Amino acid sequence: MNVEIGDGLTHNVKPLLHEIRHALGKLLATAETTTIDLRSLPLAPGEEDKLLAELGHGEVHAGLNALGPSEIVETRFAGVWVVLHYNNDREVLGKFIEICEIPELLRAQPADIRDGLEQLQAQLA
Amino acid sequence: MSKDETLGEALRRQGISRRGFLKFCAATASMMALPPSMVPVIAAALESARRPSVIWLSFQECTGCTESLTRSHAPTVEGLIFDTISLDYHHTLQAAAGSAAEAARKTAMKENFGKYILVVDGSIPTGNPGYSTIAGISNHDMLMETAKGAAAIVAVGTCAAFGGIPQANPNPTGAVSVSDLVHDKPIINVSGCPPIPVVITGVLAHFLTFGTIPELDDQGRPMAYYGKSIHDRCYRRPFYDKGLFAETFDDEGAKKGWCLYKLGCKGPVTYNACATTKWNEGTSFPIESGHPCLGCSEPGFWDAGSFYRAISTPTEDIAKTAVYSVGAGAAAGVALGAMNRAKQRRAVETHEKVTIDDLEKEKQP
Repeated sequence: MNVEIGDGLTHNVKPLLHEIRHALGKLLATAETTTIDLRSLPLAPGEEDKLLAELGHGEVHAGLNALGPSEIVETRFAGVWVVLHYNNDREVLGKFIEICEIPELLRAQPADIRDGLEQLQAQLA
Repeated sequence: MSKDETLGEALRRQGISRRGFLKFCAATASMMALPPSMVPVIAAALESARRPSVIWLSFQECTGCTESLTRSHAPTVEGLIFDTISLDYHHTLQAAAGSAAEAARKTAMKENFGKYILVVDGSIPTGNPGYSTIAGISNHDMLMETAKGAAAIVAVGTCAAFGGIPQANPNPTGAVSVSDLVHDKPIINVSGCPPIPVVITGVLAHFLTFGTIPELDDQGRPMAYYGKSIHDRCYRRPFYDKGLFAETFDDEGAKKGWCLYKLGCKGPVTYNACATTKWNEGTSFPIESGHPCLGCSEPGFWDAGSFYRAISTPTEDIAKTAVYSVGAGAAAGVALGAMNRAKQRRAVETHEKVTIDDLEKEKQP
C-alpha cells in the first residue's frame, strides 16, 4: 500500500526562500541578522526536506556538543546557516535558519573563556 | 539544589557551558512559540530567575497529562525546566504518601505563601466528596485550601480546564473544572487530552522567564498555542479547499492523504498547536497519521456528536426532534448529510478488502 504525498502541499517553501532572500539583502545593507524558527510554520511531510535540499551545503559544517548534539551548516548561500538542535537521544529541540555572518553559538562565549583561562592558569601554576 | 540559587547558577553548576545555556534558551523560545529575537531576553531572564515552588495536585484524572509530560527521556529542555522548578508535591510522581506527604505540601505552602504555582490535573467531583480523595481529604477541600496561597493556577488537561471525560454525559460524579470553583486567582487552562508536553512546560517556562502569565484567549488558554485552529494550520487544507475528501478510512482518497472532514474531523472548531508543534518531539499528529481530529482541547468534546461524522451533519437528537426539518438551510444540511452517506456507501462498495492472506504474503521476503 503506497501512501502518495503531494509535492509542495502548503506551498510554503518558495515564500520561505523569498524571506531568506530579503534577509540576506538586509544583512548586506545594514548588518541586521534574521532567525527563522522552522517549527513555527506548517510544512507538509517532505517540504522541510525540499527546503533544506534547495539550500544545500556550503563550505562550513560544524558540530556542537552541548546538552546533546547540534549541527550548524552553512548552506550554499554564504550567510545562510541551518542550525539543528538535538538532545542526547537525537530528539529535535529546535530547527532554525539563521541569516548572519556567523551564528552566535559558534562564537566562544566570554563566560566560558573566563572559565578556560582560570583552568589554564591553575594548570600552569 | 538550593532555593536561593538562580537558574543560571544552577545550570552552570551542572557543568552546562554558556553555549549550552544559549542552546537551551533557543530551544525554550521555540517551545514557547516566541520569535527567535526573544532569545537574548529569555537568556537574561532565566539567568537571574529563582526557582519557583510548584505544587501539583491530581484529582479525577487518568494520569495521561503527567504521562505526557514525563515521557521525555534524557536531559531535554522539558526535563531541564522541570529540574529547575522546585516540585514540592506531586501525588503521582512522589514516593511518599499519607501524612508525611501532606505535611510536605503544607510546609511548601507555608514557606512560599502567595508565590507558589499550583498545577492541577483531573476534574473535581462535587456530587459526593468521597468519590475522589487523597489522604482522606476530598479533592474539593484540597483544591480550595491549596489555591489560597497560589500565585497562579495551571489547569493541565481538558479535565481540569473544562471538566473533561468525567463531566461527559451523564456526569455521575458531578465533575467540574478548576475555574468552576476558584474565582479569585489567575487560571491558565492548558487543555488537550492530553496537552502536548511542550505546551505544559512552555507555560511554566513563560512564568520562569517573565514572572507573568502568558496572554490568554476567551477560554483562558495561552494564545501562543491555542490562538489558531487546527484547520487553519493543517497541511491537508489545500485538499479541503479543492473539495478532495477521504470517504472511508483507507480508500483511495485516504491513501492520497486527502482531507478528513467527511470522516468527522473537528479541526475547523478546535484550537490547539498540534498542526505545527505536533507530537512526539515534532514527529506527527493525528491528521498526519490518517485519523480525524477529535477536538480534544475543546470544552464538552466528548458530547459534541460522533467522532466519525462530519461536523456539518446534524446529530441524531436534532433529527429526531424534527427541529432541523424547518427552514431551507436545514433542508440543505440534511441533504448534504444524505449525500455524504450515499458517497460513503459507494466508497465502501468499491473498497478493496485486504484479507489475512494478503498480509501474510506481504510479510514474506
